[in-house]
Amino acid sequence: MDAPIIAQVTEIDTGDTAWMLASTALVLLMTVALGLFYAGLVRAKNALNTFMMCVSAIAIAGLTWALVGYSLAFDGTGDLVGGLDYAFLQDVTFEPRDGTTIPHLVFFAFQATFCIITVALISGAVVERMRFGPWMVFAALWSVLVYSVLAHWGFGGGWLIEGGTLDFAGGIAVEMASGFSAVAAAIVVGARKDYGRIGLLPHNSVLVLLGAGLLWFGWFGFNGGSGFGTGDASVLAFTNTMLCPAATLFTWMILDLIRGRKVTAVGAATAIIAGCVLITPAGGFISPGWALVLGVLGTIPVYFVIVYRPRTRVDETLDVLAAHGAAGLIGILFIGFVAQESWNGVSDGWFYGNISQLGDQALAVLATPIYAFVMTFILLKLVGAVMPLRGPDHDESLGMDSIYHGEEAYPSGEGAILVTPEAGEEAPVPVAQP
Amino acid sequence: MKLVIGIVRPEKANDVLEALYRADVRGISMSKVQGHGGELDRVETYRGSTVKVEVNDKVRFEIGVSDDFVEPTVQAICDGARTGDVGDGKIFVVPVERVVRIRTGETDEAAVTPVGG
Repeated sequence: MDAPIIAQVTEIDTGDTAWMLASTALVLLMTVALGLFYAGLVRAKNALNTFMMCVSAIAIAGLTWALVGYSLAFDGTGDLVGGLDYAFLQDVTFEPRDGTTIPHLVFFAFQATFCIITVALISGAVVERMRFGPWMVFAALWSVLVYSVLAHWGFGGGWLIEGGTLDFAGGIAVEMASGFSAVAAAIVVGARKDYGRIGLLPHNSVLVLLGAGLLWFGWFGFNGGSGFGTGDASVLAFTNTMLCPAATLFTWMILDLIRGRKVTAVGAATAIIAGCVLITPAGGFISPGWALVLGVLGTIPVYFVIVYRPRTRVDETLDVLAAHGAAGLIGILFIGFVAQESWNGVSDGWFYGNISQLGDQALAVLATPIYAFVMTFILLKLVGAVMPLRGPDHDESLGMDSIYHGEEAYPSGEGAILVTPEAGEEAPVPVAQP
Repeated sequence: MKLVIGIVRPEKANDVLEALYRADVRGISMSKVQGHGGELDRVETYRGSTVKVEVNDKVRFEIGVSDDFVEPTVQAICDGARTGDVGDGKIFVVPVERVVRIRTGETDEAAVTPVGG
């Protein structure tokens, strides 16, 4: 569980602070890793644009989080949203954050990386067609109006956490929020023009695997840092982040074998991410044994959503709903069954005699998707009313990279003529000398 | 017998394949080529260097057909590849002296007739 909200006098612990500094850097790496993962999954002509959607999240959410987002999420115990006392980083200093043993500044930076990756995750629903400008506007609005609010509910002192809902590292604000927002975004932006007509294949599965591997690496900071120190909760979450995705990966490969007689690499990469998401909410609350069970059981519904979604007309392109929304939802619910006070020191689940915990978890599973979906739908409709969300079909044919960035991921280098050859005019480079 | 060479936009290659399939044209070679046909240059910037890219990616189809199939093949490529903008590509029809199917040793008309077609 996150910081208890009662103000208590704590001292800075150097060990805790050191680990949280490292964790913050690990989580920031995840956004770039996600860029690799996403870029590999799209066609070559859209690889840069897809990567840039993730990179732009660092610029946008990094700023909005410092200006108002952090305050709305982590100031006070308002039911729905926090206050504005920390806006513009007022009073965010070297003093320890209430209920933790780390400086408030480190706590802020750690939480900023969460907001950034959540915004980046949604881009997976709209890649290969959404214009870059509207994406940046939407990302800014979403980071404040959806992420900050849900982070307040799940982490910061809002009605869910105060009501007893357990969410260790972001099943609510990160995973369910991005997953269900992605569906709304895919519906509002609409399908790619070639969707359902021709096969739209990943252009580089090696990038996909590399991205997934780096995401897993970063996730040790994401989950392992969510205990805000080096205490038991962090250690438990860290180890569970090793175990649960391994179980998911194994189960996924078996399901692939059963279904198609072949173990796919893109499937394995997806499994790694699904496994990390499954354990995200539950990491510090369930035993390592149950983490393995979660990895195995949770894979099955996620796999089903991945197989079923492309048969629908919703072009939720990179399956954020399956890998994040569905997996996060399962992780949140699973806590209600198997949480063990002997491991987490906070609460038991149904299997250990406390059925009311399951009710608290169910509340989050009902409220979060509705809020995320409805708000994203409205926000994108509003942005779309001011500026078109998509370019003409012609642009989509040529690829987003050359249209919106004026670059290519894989330029041939042939036939490129320097337009401003300041150096070249003085010293022309001979093509061949006799 | 003729060899029909069609050079088209890469983003229209799938449409050409579909049109050829509908026209019952089988036996196709495709390759990625680069070239320039009078369209506007693409301007790209990498850090401080702004460059004008004068050659564009194209896809080149090569289809060996019997004389009866020349018109349907040309028509299918046109239908699939046309956008109306400069840079849609060209089609060349060239005479073919001799064709051999390697597997059977069949020559000429028999060699360009699809198996079972």
